[in-house]
Amino acid sequence: MKALRKQLDKIKPQFRKGGKFEKLESTFDAFETFLFVPDKTTAHGSHIRDSIDMKRTMSIVVIALIPTLLFGIWNAGHQHFLSFGEVASFWDKFLFGLWKILPIIVVSYVVGLGIEFAFAQFRHHEVNEGFLVSGMLIPLVVPPDVPLWMVALATAFAVIIGKEVFGGTGMNILNPALTARAFLFFAYPAYMSGDKVWIAEKADAYSGATPLAEATAGIESGVVNFSHSFMDMFLGFIPGSIGETSTLAILVGALILVFTGVGSLRIIISVIFGGVFMGGLLNIIGVNAYMEVPFYYHLVMGGFAFGAVYMATDPVTASQTNTGKLIYGFLIGLMAVLIRVLNPAYPEGMMLAILLMNVFAPLIDHYVVEANIKRRLKRIKPIAA
Amino acid sequence: MPKTIKLFKGLNIRIKGAAEKTLTALTPKTYAIKPTDFIGVFPRMLVKEGDTVMAGSPLFIDKYRDNIKFTSPVSGVVSEIKRGDKRLLMEVRIEADGKNSQVNFVPADPGKLTKEEISGKMLESGIWTLIRQRPYGIIANPLDTPKAIHVSAFDTAPLAPDYDFIVNGQGDAFQAGIDALAKLGNCKINLNVGESTSAKEFLSSRNTEITTFKGKHPIGNVGIQIHHIDPINKGDIVWFAGVQDVITIGNFFLKGIYDAAITVALAGSEVLKPRYFRTMRCAEVAPMLKGNISEGKVRLISGNVLTGSKIRHDNYINFYDSMISAIPEGDYHEFLGWALPGLGKFSFSRTFFSWLTPGKEYRLDTNLHGGERAFVMTGQFEKVLPMDIYPMQLLKAIMTEDIDLMENLGIYEVEPEDLALCEFIDTSKTEIQTLVRKGLEIMRKEMS
Repeated sequence: MKALRKQLDKIKPQFRKGGKFEKLESTFDAFETFLFVPDKTTAHGSHIRDSIDMKRTMSIVVIALIPTLLFGIWNAGHQHFLSFGEVASFWDKFLFGLWKILPIIVVSYVVGLGIEFAFAQFRHHEVNEGFLVSGMLIPLVVPPDVPLWMVALATAFAVIIGKEVFGGTGMNILNPALTARAFLFFAYPAYMSGDKVWIAEKADAYSGATPLAEATAGIESGVVNFSHSFMDMFLGFIPGSIGETSTLAILVGALILVFTGVGSLRIIISVIFGGVFMGGLLNIIGVNAYMEVPFYYHLVMGGFAFGAVYMATDPVTASQTNTGKLIYGFLIGLMAVLIRVLNPAYPEGMMLAILLMNVFAPLIDHYVVEANIKRRLKRIKPIAA
Repeated sequence: MPKTIKLFKGLNIRIKGAAEKTLTALTPKTYAIKPTDFIGVFPRMLVKEGDTVMAGSPLFIDKYRDNIKFTSPVSGVVSEIKRGDKRLLMEVRIEADGKNSQVNFVPADPGKLTKEEISGKMLESGIWTLIRQRPYGIIANPLDTPKAIHVSAFDTAPLAPDYDFIVNGQGDAFQAGIDALAKLGNCKINLNVGESTSAKEFLSSRNTEITTFKGKHPIGNVGIQIHHIDPINKGDIVWFAGVQDVITIGNFFLKGIYDAAITVALAGSEVLKPRYFRTMRCAEVAPMLKGNISEGKVRLISGNVLTGSKIRHDNYINFYDSMISAIPEGDYHEFLGWALPGLGKFSFSRTFFSWLTPGKEYRLDTNLHGGERAFVMTGQFEKVLPMDIYPMQLLKAIMTEDIDLMENLGIYEVEPEDLALCEFIDTSKTEIQTLVRKGLEIMRKEMS
């Protein structure tokens, strides 16, 4: 490693101002700090610092995404062979999934990081680690059959309009990965809904409807016919976006996030509460078949669990205060179920609910902080009186 | 019946090298008063190089509050008046003559003096500077009447000195100091003790209101204690002093002299034999370091590792400090350091596998462990700040210099040291203490 370090130190001056490759300074920095934690020491304030940094934090999130990714890869193959009625081995399914999904991941990272590096250089900043997570989230929230050019376009849109125009990681208002998903949903609705896209290279005769679509269809027909059991939905043997199907795999990720302290348990729990509350309420009202779908189905259908664990917890776009997080999470769960059931045009209520609450998160925080200010002002009164 | 306040937030950082409870007496040769230790003080010199001074002779005064005098801790010769950039006064150096001649301020029983007589004597001798006020952390104004006076009798910072050990045998001086403060504030002194405090000098002191605090660092910080006993509102002034400051004040009234002797803990992983030293305020640190610091690059700190200031081997103890810390410098590159399992890496989060070894003591260095970023993570600071304050929102208010918002969010209640742990755990490596000080200075200028 010393040889590598020496080599880096040797070429470093060329990337500094006035050097041959000064236009690549941020890029060099990104690779250097990726390889070696910088030798920078504390100058002011606390002389010792926690070992944690943004790279560690973001890589924990990526690790927490791995269970859903692995399952998603397998499930892509599983659903494909299932649609043809073929029996295939575990590895056949996995390799098929890999062949479909790996290109999506590569496109997402290459496009996103390319833009991030360019912006960092343009601003003379260090490259932010935020996209390590977004770059993994984007492939997980798209259908397995999505065309690669769409992934590229959506990623570019999300990084530029969703994040960089606001000033980069930490400054954005909307979750970048969901921005990408919403872009696809509204720009190419034909691709992003219906029964076609959720299974990679599906056999034409096979229905391939997601549980959400089946539930929506129940409003018309008067009865919801799920072609999968609750257990299948929980384990993830259903068609859907790549990473969202297995609630079990998502729970493993949630455990990693919460245990390491990276993800907010408050948000996850309150989203679930919100969903259960609204689901239960609709069960009681029960004027159509969708409303009568037991509330716990909402937790395992579509992107509810995935959104609750990986999207709603994004610290930049969520509420920042602890009380705010509870309100924010609860409203996401509530809205997600509400949109799903009452607005069949948007089967994926979770995405819209989170984006909506992203916008309202600062307002929630504002009122929570106002309450703190009022408490502080109240203390003075007895003296004035 | 003493009150007990239990707090759950905070973090005790486990560092190697706690000071062993043995006392070694030193007779340092050089001393230096550093005007930079005193917030907001603009010094006007009263002596020049070559002047002879006694312990208690004035060296300089504050240009804006000329009743506040800064005096020499020893008798000797002013050997150098060191200036920095823009002729900023950095150090007034004194070479001790060993004669130990003292200015006699006449012993007195503070109980029999009026408030004005007490503050007059203290101002004259320079020991008034030991009383500081919140907000702003500046030297108290003798014309004010504080809402309360607080003394924290324990320190929870990493490797912090044990005041039970320090106060041992100095009970009379401590009590005399408390009496003087009580008379000054016309109130009982809030003496805040820790759950392990057992010294009778504290527990059976008179003129005090004792509150026991249970919890993790920063619970030993006087700011946290004030917040939970009777928080500072806009316009309030609260005074505070350290245990050794109270003892110095007490000795002043008992003996009638400025006795600058203090006990200092030398601690940290790079100290060969960490222990306590009996030395003087503002004394050189070299005698206690001699042959006692390990080889290699070492960061010397006057104060604790969270809030202290960097000093060199030939430097001096800061005026208000009771400890010197020595930890390794962290100026090395670590290959893939952020990706390793990190069994030996201390972290507040459980993102490193060091959570497997909860009791382990660490040899922490000064590496920043990452690059500076915008705030991304939320809800972290709240876990180590046991106050009803929104730290992230307060810091953002300071960044935008929004005076009303800073005030509303409770800036009067904090000092940089209270948010030192936030700085320690910050994923984004923001310089939080510098920021808090900046906010307080903005407020001080605005309010004056």
